Amino acid sequence: MSTSLILLVILIVGLAAYFAGRARAMASSNGKLSALHSLPGYHGVYVAIWSVLPAAVILALWLIASPFFVENATRNSLPEDVRNQGGATTELMLGQVMQVANGLRLLNADEMAAVTGDPAVLRDTLAAKGVPMANAGEAYMVTSAKTYNSMKDTSRWAMSAVVLLIAIAGAVFAIRGITAPFRARNRVERVMLGALLLASSIAILTTVGIVGSMLSEAIRFFQSVSPSAFFFGTVWDPRFSAAGSGGTEGQFGLLPLLAGTLYIAFVAMLFAVPVGLFAAIYMAEYAKPAVRGIAKPLLEILAGIPTIVYGFFALITVGPFLRDMSAQLNGLVTGNYVNFIQAQSVLTAGLVMGIMLIPFVSSLSDDIITQVPRSLRDGSLGLGATRSETIKRVILPAALPGIVGALLLTASRAVGETMIVVLAAGVAARMQLNPFEAMTTVTVKIVNQLTGDLEFNSPQTLVAFALGITLFAITLCLNIYALYIVRKYREQYE
Amino acid sequence: MTDVTSSVQSTFQRPAQARRDIGIKKRYAAERRFQAYGFTAILIGLFFLFVLLWTVVSKGYTAFQQTTITLPIEFSEKIIDPKNERATNPAKLMSANYPLLVRDALVKALAIDPADKAQVKKATEMVSASARTQLRDIVVANPAIIGTTANVSLLAEGNIDSANKGQIDLTVAEANRKVNDQQIKWMGTLSESGALAKQFNTGLFTYGASSRPEAAGIGVAALGSFYMMLIVLVLALPIGVCASIYLEEFAPKNRLTDLIEVNINNLAAVPSIVYGLLGLSIFINFAGMPRSAALVGGLVLTLMTLPTIIIATRAALKAVPPSIRSAALGLGASKMQTIFHHVLPLAMPGVLTGTIIGLAHALGETAPLLLIGMVAFVVDYPGSPMEPSTALPVQIYMWANEAERAFVERTSGAIMILLIFLVVMNLGAILLRRRFERRW
Repeated sequence: MSTSLILLVILIVGLAAYFAGRARAMASSNGKLSALHSLPGYHGVYVAIWSVLPAAVILALWLIASPFFVENATRNSLPEDVRNQGGATTELMLGQVMQVANGLRLLNADEMAAVTGDPAVLRDTLAAKGVPMANAGEAYMVTSAKTYNSMKDTSRWAMSAVVLLIAIAGAVFAIRGITAPFRARNRVERVMLGALLLASSIAILTTVGIVGSMLSEAIRFFQSVSPSAFFFGTVWDPRFSAAGSGGTEGQFGLLPLLAGTLYIAFVAMLFAVPVGLFAAIYMAEYAKPAVRGIAKPLLEILAGIPTIVYGFFALITVGPFLRDMSAQLNGLVTGNYVNFIQAQSVLTAGLVMGIMLIPFVSSLSDDIITQVPRSLRDGSLGLGATRSETIKRVILPAALPGIVGALLLTASRAVGETMIVVLAAGVAARMQLNPFEAMTTVTVKIVNQLTGDLEFNSPQTLVAFALGITLFAITLCLNIYALYIVRKYREQYE
Repeated sequence: MTDVTSSVQSTFQRPAQARRDIGIKKRYAAERRFQAYGFTAILIGLFFLFVLLWTVVSKGYTAFQQTTITLPIEFSEKIIDPKNERATNPAKLMSANYPLLVRDALVKALAIDPADKAQVKKATEMVSASARTQLRDIVVANPAIIGTTANVSLLAEGNIDSANKGQIDLTVAEANRKVNDQQIKWMGTLSESGALAKQFNTGLFTYGASSRPEAAGIGVAALGSFYMMLIVLVLALPIGVCASIYLEEFAPKNRLTDLIEVNINNLAAVPSIVYGLLGLSIFINFAGMPRSAALVGGLVLTLMTLPTIIIATRAALKAVPPSIRSAALGLGASKMQTIFHHVLPLAMPGVLTGTIIGLAHALGETAPLLLIGMVAFVVDYPGSPMEPSTALPVQIYMWANEAERAFVERTSGAIMILLIFLVVMNLGAILLRRRFERRW
């Protein structure tokens, strides 16, 4: 039976158990439902839980554990000389046997007999069925493959039988326990509470998964490249992981990437912060409700546009525009029509990222400015200050911690942004200060190192995880500090 | 801001004769300037929004039309099946020389001398190379057509399509453009006879990846995105709601729940590419799931969307007034019953709004999908979430890297479709909120 079929059968048993449990509860109430502690439905659910939950857990455990047992047994069935060839070769042969085992399932009785009699035809027979083999067939392969297949079949049948038995046994056990005063609801609710707890632990598990997975891969990277060469290296030149580059170790210097990341984020913030902040002030303090009602959602559309669209915008419109404009400017001033802004440059990426960040700055700051209590405004206005003086000298200082928090959150978004820089910033890793030249970022390099064919052992691939954990650490610090500031500030007026 | 105000302060040390002048004019001017800055900022934001949308729409609206060349194709038995083997060997029909049919039809329609190889080659280049599969599918579906002549609408080649839409500058020297003068003359002949015409581009919605722009579409990518959204909805909504209920209603106030709360807020701000690394390392490398599969993409996007849904759900649960809870508890409901029978249904509009917004966010997300191998050249519709597939934004990314003019047009067209999806989802969320939101 396939796994999904087993699952379906368990669910059907569970459904039957529900109705059986309900009927049992109704019967045990002797026609007087108020005699029951819990509603009949709860009894039904109680029985269903007893039948489905243990069976599903056993099924999951079996599915995880059985491949190890079967593989182990198959490994032991390999002849002595194959097993003594050492780790990698034996594993290769084991993989070969499993391949053969899958192929054998496609053969009919005659072909099976032929293969068993003469292992030399194995390769051609399997190739005809679409199962490629790296090595020539040998006798032990067929026997081992047969062992493997039979063990797998046995395991599957045993699993089906055990799981079904447990499902039915659980249901029977639960039904026998049903009486009128039985507290089925409380038990069901306890299971539900467990499920809720499990769901909320997924958030923790995600963080643990992020940190754990990236740390473990990054540690593998640091085994071949020293951490100081990574964190303080000034040259990014990973080379290719392909064979033939023998001897030439790549250089994995983080600093050029980090410089590009921070520079582009800085340009973006330089553009987004004044525009976003002034927009927020205008909307919070000056705009009539009608204007605000139109302008605010329109600006927030900018936040809803996927970043790939911004990347395309930078690539197709902004980049060429800046390039051509710089050529014209240069021509007007010096008579030499050569562009001094590259199409892919820090400025292009920063400007477009800035556009993307405007709504983040403006809506976060807007919320914070409107949270400043009315009385502060009225006090200042009552003393004769103009509105702009009130804003500059009363409201902004009061809202400053919150605004700083908002800006930090925005900065963390700018640092982690990927698609805009992939399309608009270029791939050249260098350290320089000219905003009109291309620079590259941490995120661009993560994408570059991990798209295409991967070899999971080379430092060229693993470096992406080291970059990833650096990025995660930077944004984590920014976020936590920002959340801390925003939270602390919010409590002041509540 | 202090240096601006210092000029205001300096007016307080005024000479005696100007006692009435307290700098009010200056201050009002500053006030007007300040207001103008704010207004300009909003205009700048709206200006960029407008330019962005204008770029996409002006470059993309032509993608919804495609030039086709309708030719009377003679399904000659001599070319398709010269040895008359199709009854015994149907595979013959798959490998027949279909481009020859197109060539012959073009030669006839344009009255070219068949012996002039260069001319014939130029003419056949006007029709997309996808004509081979198109004619093959017609013949395989209906072998009885062999020996007859039928009108077939063939896709025009990408450059011919661009030229027909007026996107190729014909004043450029002939050697420097992709369409030569002879082809343009032929285009004129064909369009006069009604053979060459622009039609609504259904292929954009149904085709998969292709290196030829005229035969490339978003159909396959959209199906991949649909699978992923389905997985996100099925997993993230129940898990998110359960987690929020626990955190909002049951969790004791202690360090652990505080940690979970900070953690969730932080997860919402983790760069999306980090989720891609997580998916690559855990789902693909550790758990051995297939690369490029919609299943892995769905799981990664689920983890990414969860914080959004949890934050929205908790806000919605918080907004349900305590009197509802007290009433239910007072009537003897258990805490679990109170929440599932009374609080959650009242919070549902807020939960669904948050979910839709989270889904819209996930639909447009590209970066994590690049890392788990969804940058794949997928031609056929994936039959299940386990098969290799790609996603709408990833398809846009791949097309954006193509240089041809016709791909720029298709990229913009695909962006328009993606934006329409997003607008519909967000409008749905807004309407849902308007329709069901209650003020207590």
